[in-house]
Amino acid sequence: MRCRKCSAKAIIRLPRHNTAFCTPCFSEYVTDQVQRAIKGDRMFGHTEGVAVAVSGGKDSLVLWEILSRLGYRTLGLHIDLGIGEYSQISQRKVEAFAQARNLPFVVHSLRETHGAGITEIAEGVHRPPCSACGVIKRYNMNAIASQHGMPVLATGHNLDDEASRLLGNVLHWQDDYLDKQSPVLPNSHPKLVRKVKPLYRLAEREIAAWAVLQKIDYIVDECPNSVGSKMFVYKDALNRLENAAPGTKHQFYFQFLDRQKARAQVSPLEPNLRECASCGQPSTAEICSYCKLVGTLQREAEPALKVLT
Amino acid sequence: MKILLHHPPREAALKGPKKVLQVLRELEILPDTVLVIRGEELIAEDEIVDDSDTIEVRPVISGG
Repeated sequence: MRCRKCSAKAIIRLPRHNTAFCTPCFSEYVTDQVQRAIKGDRMFGHTEGVAVAVSGGKDSLVLWEILSRLGYRTLGLHIDLGIGEYSQISQRKVEAFAQARNLPFVVHSLRETHGAGITEIAEGVHRPPCSACGVIKRYNMNAIASQHGMPVLATGHNLDDEASRLLGNVLHWQDDYLDKQSPVLPNSHPKLVRKVKPLYRLAEREIAAWAVLQKIDYIVDECPNSVGSKMFVYKDALNRLENAAPGTKHQFYFQFLDRQKARAQVSPLEPNLRECASCGQPSTAEICSYCKLVGTLQREAEPALKVLT
Repeated sequence: MKILLHHPPREAALKGPKKVLQVLRELEILPDTVLVIRGEELIAEDEIVDDSDTIEVRPVISGG
């Protein structure tokens, strides 16, 4: 197998683009796709600080690596979810990555804040772990980025993440979520940072391959709480379709984005945001989802957690 | 050849030599869902894996 660009020995085939690349040409392709996303979707400029949500997994570390190589001013944000050995290994990967490159980062620990990890918190508020985790991560990432004066929050969501999320939203006709599923979410309130997904043009396998080629040491294990997650079911379904018809995921997601842009021009989305009566952060309700969750935790679970500790 | 698999961590063995794509077919793994790594090097799907090789089949799918 030969590189389609320079005819050297190829190391990866990309069936969705009907091409194959050698290591240098693949590396260039990956960086180009990220730059195309940043510039094409006007995600951020070189004068803005970018907070990067880093879990210790391949996507977030690759994103951080590319943004810092491209000369953007970044700050890593890591949330220690308190899931035993998995969280300890994840944090060590983030610390080792940042220290080797002299990159700044901050860690927010759920155990330090709430006295419990995400698994106990989710049990305490009677919610699935991924649902409680999403609320806590979204709230804290925005708040911490804002506190550190970073106007932009970048996450490592890739094409597979976005296509599978789209499939889930379409299967359940989640119109509200469909409206908000975009590579760029503008800061529609002064206390909200702009949220961007610079890896959305790259497939999960392309990102993992780039991480291996660049010798980025990431956590391969999956979050123990994600076992049985619907997202895996949607990804599996899409991978089977992709195997039979390469390019399916790309077409599914990018054609959705084209339709979304056309819809937004006809009737622009005006989110009805106010400030949470409890914490003052932007919310669509009187009390934001995070404060509701913490309130439930304090009422129902914290006495029990304190007995346990 | 020795094959190191994840989720859960386990080992498998197949007779070589074989192309990477053939190895994945026999393991019933979709090529788009994994990387195949020999030593620390990524290997392409048309590479030959010998009997004496150890390869890691690393999943690329995460919970998102």
